[in-house]
Amino acid sequence: MSGLKREGDHVHRLEALRGITPQQPHDARAIAALAANPGCTRRALMDGAGIDKDAAARHLGFPAPFGQSPFAITRGNMFEALVKADGCAELLRMLRELLGLPVAEVSYHDVENVGAHLRHAHTRALIDRAAREGQDAGTLYDHPLLSLDIAGHTAYLEPDVVAFQLGGRFHIVEIKSFAVIDGQADPSAVAAAARQAAVYVLALRNLLEELGHDPLKVSHDVVLVCPENFANRPVATLVDVRKQLAVLRRQLTRMTTLDRLLEELPDDLSFDLRPDEDGRPTRPVAELADALRRTTARYAPDCLSACDLCFFCRDEARQEGASDLLGRQVRDELGGVASVAEALGLADGTRDPAEGQEEIARLLRNAERLRRECLN
Amino acid sequence: MSLLTSLARLRALDEGIAQPIATVRHFHLSQRPMVFIPLKLSGEAAAPLAAMLGSDRERPHLFVVTQPRNRDLRFAWTAEVAGVLLPYIESFTNDTETVERRNADPYERALDAPQIIVPNQAGVAFTRLLGRSTRFRSTEGPYPVPESVPLLGRWLTYFAERAAYPGSSLMPAATEELGRHWASGQSGLEDANLAALLGWITTGPSDEAEDPLIWPPAGPATDPGFDAEVLAPAIESESAERITEALRTQLEPTWRLMWQAIDLLAALPEGASVAQRWEQDRGSFSGMAVHISEGAPPQARRDGAVAAAAKLARMERAQAAYDVQRAYDDPLVMAEYRLTGEAFAGEVVETVPDNTEGEGRSRKLRPLVVIKTDDPVLLPPGTSLGTPQRRGQGAELVEAGQGLVTLKITKGMGRGKTPAPGAVPEIGERVCYTSLTDDFQGSPALPEAEATPWTHGGPPQEYVPDDEDAQEEWS
Repeated sequence: MSGLKREGDHVHRLEALRGITPQQPHDARAIAALAANPGCTRRALMDGAGIDKDAAARHLGFPAPFGQSPFAITRGNMFEALVKADGCAELLRMLRELLGLPVAEVSYHDVENVGAHLRHAHTRALIDRAAREGQDAGTLYDHPLLSLDIAGHTAYLEPDVVAFQLGGRFHIVEIKSFAVIDGQADPSAVAAAARQAAVYVLALRNLLEELGHDPLKVSHDVVLVCPENFANRPVATLVDVRKQLAVLRRQLTRMTTLDRLLEELPDDLSFDLRPDEDGRPTRPVAELADALRRTTARYAPDCLSACDLCFFCRDEARQEGASDLLGRQVRDELGGVASVAEALGLADGTRDPAEGQEEIARLLRNAERLRRECLN
Repeated sequence: MSLLTSLARLRALDEGIAQPIATVRHFHLSQRPMVFIPLKLSGEAAAPLAAMLGSDRERPHLFVVTQPRNRDLRFAWTAEVAGVLLPYIESFTNDTETVERRNADPYERALDAPQIIVPNQAGVAFTRLLGRSTRFRSTEGPYPVPESVPLLGRWLTYFAERAAYPGSSLMPAATEELGRHWASGQSGLEDANLAALLGWITTGPSDEAEDPLIWPPAGPATDPGFDAEVLAPAIESESAERITEALRTQLEPTWRLMWQAIDLLAALPEGASVAQRWEQDRGSFSGMAVHISEGAPPQARRDGAVAAAAKLARMERAQAAYDVQRAYDDPLVMAEYRLTGEAFAGEVVETVPDNTEGEGRSRKLRPLVVIKTDDPVLLPPGTSLGTPQRRGQGAELVEAGQGLVTLKITKGMGRGKTPAPGAVPEIGERVCYTSLTDDFQGSPALPEAEATPWTHGGPPQEYVPDDEDAQEEWS
């Protein structure tokens, strides 16, 4: 992906935006979330600069409404351990059925055995050998470490398992602890897993390309392993992530075109949290808030489930009286009338429609007349 | 969402208080509703943690699974819940009326039916899973459960399925029903928070509604902070009392909110078609009760092709009827159609009550009515019209333009030479006409289940309960 190459100036500017705040490494979940609200400049800049949005939101007094229950974490870990127990025995059983892996010739590599700092290099070497030799044997790589360039910075990613099978295709295996009940799972959970798996597929494809192999050796069908019904017994399903891949690629390419956004920023703008020795932010809150407000956010209620800064941006949208607060549907229906006061002014007839607003103004006035008639 | 609702949301945001989007209540509210607030263990599909339920607001029942990972305790909990829900449900099966049917035997229909109110859509979804996880359990053999457990499972499955049926009031979700009657100044996503939505409707928005320490989530998911700081240590301590009291703090606030929501909705006058839809609910409930008493097997895991198609067609028709009935019942809902040109309202300015068409024996009374309206009328001449003011009548649009609409009444005029008094609107009367009509639609012709074509998987295998179902593993 040539679009992801470093560009000197722009990286320099992003580093200035971050100041002395340590860079927040992106994980697959964070990278997948980048595509959630592509129109948001504030988010694009903060992610590009690698600012820890969660820490920023906390410091601003608007901590994100997310959290994971210890029960959910325990359950997730327990299930993953079960699937991976005894050299991924349970996983192998399922993959044999799903992908037609040869029974006898399956080997298992735990990349983690080589020590953390070498994991990425070791993963590279293993994948290279597998792709080069095109061996018949099925191989499972546990704890591999992949990398992906995000706006000039390297993010390290840990897919659950990479499976290499007969016929020379790699499959990303994603282990999730939400249940598949009678063949159906929570659609939003499946969608999130697919987005996350797409990040791994892209990273692995980039790796193969760098090594001079055909990137399409990585299948766009990822293996999703979930508990079946109410038991702990895992069940594997193939999920096609082509659509998620396309969205992700577009968004990552877009992040390298941050230049235009950066050019418009004042030179002295910085998102630096100025952490002290213990990592506690020391930057005055008002100053940081002010810096953030100098970039445009595009708040939508969907942000409440995706972005750490959501409460800060919602508060801003409230102060501005933006119709974005009510959701995309209302915003679309208002056809370009951005503020609540403007829309209500058009409805009351106290404000004259600007050019192009005649139609929506007529509808709003009519709607207002009807509401009054029915409620009096 | 319509522009009318969007405008109401804007107004709510501006004024800091929710705005009405309905003038009548569009669902049946029982005299004796059962409030059911289930909680589940995070990270598990259908592991119950606790439930607060009851039909007496002063005396809620609280049942808690003190060790949520223990299979036996879960089923003991289900039996406790069944001990309250089943007597409630069964109390409605005795008083019935006989309903005569054309081309079929008469049947018995319950005079009243149970109504289980949950806080939100997630509560309905959890009820469905709870039903799924219990209805196949066996009372004998390995892992036996009390008799009431699979029976409750079948009822919960029935109620959760019925909740997806448009216009049904057997299992309403509080946030859904409130949202159908009031527009808040927040997004639909945020309306799923019962405390926040009620705040908008009663006192205005407050950040407290989103603070889990003040208003715990209305379930079935619990607050992760509560899980980490209160529940996990309580379970660790193995003190049943401590766990129960911890969960009580999470359920009691929602219990109060649920009854507040019921009071708010009860204060609205009931829509004219609500009784008709409730009658269908009563019929459906009686059907299910008979089904169970005759010893039919539990609902299958998945519908067969024919059953699924028939169910979908029924739901589509119910949706269409529900939309039309709400518009006829409520001028504020009808206003949405007036805004889009599918309905118009105004004052009668001229009538020709004794206008006739045809000669001799085929001479028919077709009164003409001219209405002055401010609404944009986008209906072409010849459109069939109905009116909420005279539901038995049908009319046809003759011409429309310059704020005047001429129509002729074509149905419901009787055989007389002159119209019955009151049948034709008087000059000066305010009337509303619409192209929406709740005409009877026949059901699509579907093959018998045994004749399911191979394109749809062929005839479905008949469901036979076996030991495998009963032994289904439980983590």
